[in-house]
Amino acid sequence: MLRGFWKLTWVETKVFLREPLGVIGALLVPVVLFVVLGRSFGLGRAEAARVPPFNPAIFAALFIALGAVQSLVAIMSIYREGGILKRLRATPLSPVTILGSHVFVKLAFTVIGLGLLVLAGQRLFPGSMQVNMASFAAAVLLSTASILSMGFVIASIVPTARFAQPMGAALLYPMVAISGLFFPLDRMPIAVRVIANGLPTTHAVALMQGVWDGSGWGAHLGHAAALVAIAAACLALSSRVFRWE
Amino acid sequence: MPAIRHPGLGQNAREPRPFGTPIGERPVGLDVSHSADMPVPIISVGHLEKRYRSTLAVDDVSLDVREGEIFGLIGPNGAGKTTTMECVQGLRRQDRGTISVLGLDPHRDAAALRRRIGVQHQEAQLQKRIKVWEAMDLWSSLYSSVVDKDALLARLGLDTKRNAWFMTLSGGQKQRLFIALALIHEPEVVFLDELTTGLDPQARRTIWDLVRGIRERGTTVFLTTHLMEEAERLCDRVAIIEHGRLIELGTPEELVRKHCQQRTVVFTSDDAGAGERLAGIPGVRSATSSGATHTLAGEGDDFVTDVIAFVAREKIHVRGFRTEIPTLEDVFLKLTGHGIRE
Repeated sequence: MLRGFWKLTWVETKVFLREPLGVIGALLVPVVLFVVLGRSFGLGRAEAARVPPFNPAIFAALFIALGAVQSLVAIMSIYREGGILKRLRATPLSPVTILGSHVFVKLAFTVIGLGLLVLAGQRLFPGSMQVNMASFAAAVLLSTASILSMGFVIASIVPTARFAQPMGAALLYPMVAISGLFFPLDRMPIAVRVIANGLPTTHAVALMQGVWDGSGWGAHLGHAAALVAIAAACLALSSRVFRWE
Repeated sequence: MPAIRHPGLGQNAREPRPFGTPIGERPVGLDVSHSADMPVPIISVGHLEKRYRSTLAVDDVSLDVREGEIFGLIGPNGAGKTTTMECVQGLRRQDRGTISVLGLDPHRDAAALRRRIGVQHQEAQLQKRIKVWEAMDLWSSLYSSVVDKDALLARLGLDTKRNAWFMTLSGGQKQRLFIALALIHEPEVVFLDELTTGLDPQARRTIWDLVRGIRERGTTVFLTTHLMEEAERLCDRVAIIEHGRLIELGTPEELVRKHCQQRTVVFTSDDAGAGERLAGIPGVRSATSSGATHTLAGEGDDFVTDVIAFVAREKIHVRGFRTEIPTLEDVFLKLTGHGIRE
């Protein structure tokens, strides 16, 4: 079933790396953002000097995840419009392989982006990165995967490639606004809270924040389960509505 | 004529065939013999119907494609050619009707079928920055047996473009790459959808030669085109489709003979009164003269002979002479009442 998976993944990786803007957006921008925000919000200084509850590291990690989703939506719409998806589907490649390899590439670049972020943090904000990085990376990956699954739903409803970027932004940025990253959720109106709890970004922020603050995954299983459930629901939905052409 | 086998019947009915073996010399294996005059079709479509919401895109289309031929589905854009072809490929599911390709059901046996057919889609693209060799490499990793990639690229004139990005290729080169991808696993049937649309005449001719080459290697070709010249020069048999309905099917010559009996003869003669004398030839339906140029129209294969005999007998001095024989384009015009590009 996975015939061609690694070959396709490798080709897609190379194709992605050949587009300089995409690489800069996926790898460099989040790090720069992290560094700038980290300085302005006093990351690495004494605990008291920090501005709670905003955490530049979580913001940058979420930014990486959203960048991956935006990029996935754009690629899917361009591939659909150009008939690339249709052509690939006419080969023995299974649909799962075609889409799975794109998810794999996005997750791989998420890990690399996160790695760069950690390196930058360790150099520029010594003492601010005393987190279990494996645990935090796992939280970022699960979050990214869950938001990516929503990306497939968005990719299904985007009418043309030209709409991919604005539509992705219009759907994703409000999700970030009410994710609890900027304003504590419990101070928001109940209606907003209900909506927020159905969105992967909210649980992603909670999980990443929790793991960052030092509590293990065990303390946040609810959020992890929500992310898995949202991913499952989105994948089930997109398997019904995803358009190949 | 040797008995024609159906390569799709039975399990593993496909024999390994050396690259380039002509059709008549193929090894004969598990065979179900049929009389030579009734070859079993490679593709069989019966009463196909496909609807998009309220539009009936394909309406009761039935056709057979025989082994080793180039079969063309012709008609204007939006006639239902691509939909029909994509149902046959198993990319779309028909609402009604039966389809059999190499003895397989395109939908139920989709995986098995995909290994045995090659496709090229209309206006298709690849990843902009994929290199030619990478595409070939990816495609060849998907099939269990493939041809020599370098030889195939050379045959299609792409050997110097191995390291070029897809986006840098010309229209003709892109189409040749798609042909290469469609042929990489030596499919038994190749589907080509509007292969030369948007290409310049030179590139078009190159592609035509390549498609004839595919047939010479024994592969069946099923193509669509809205270019009547292409159909006439390339196809062994054509099906004319309009508004989703198949309105005629046969060899281009058959269709022309059946529907367009008109022959036109154009003379240039300085003889005084030549126009009136020529117009008196029995069988002339219409005669027009403009200066020294006289145009006669009549019907049937004997008309041209009659005109030549008359001219010789009457000793009319002729400076120029040409005949205009109807083409598929005229057949189409006659059958539909409008030109194909309208």
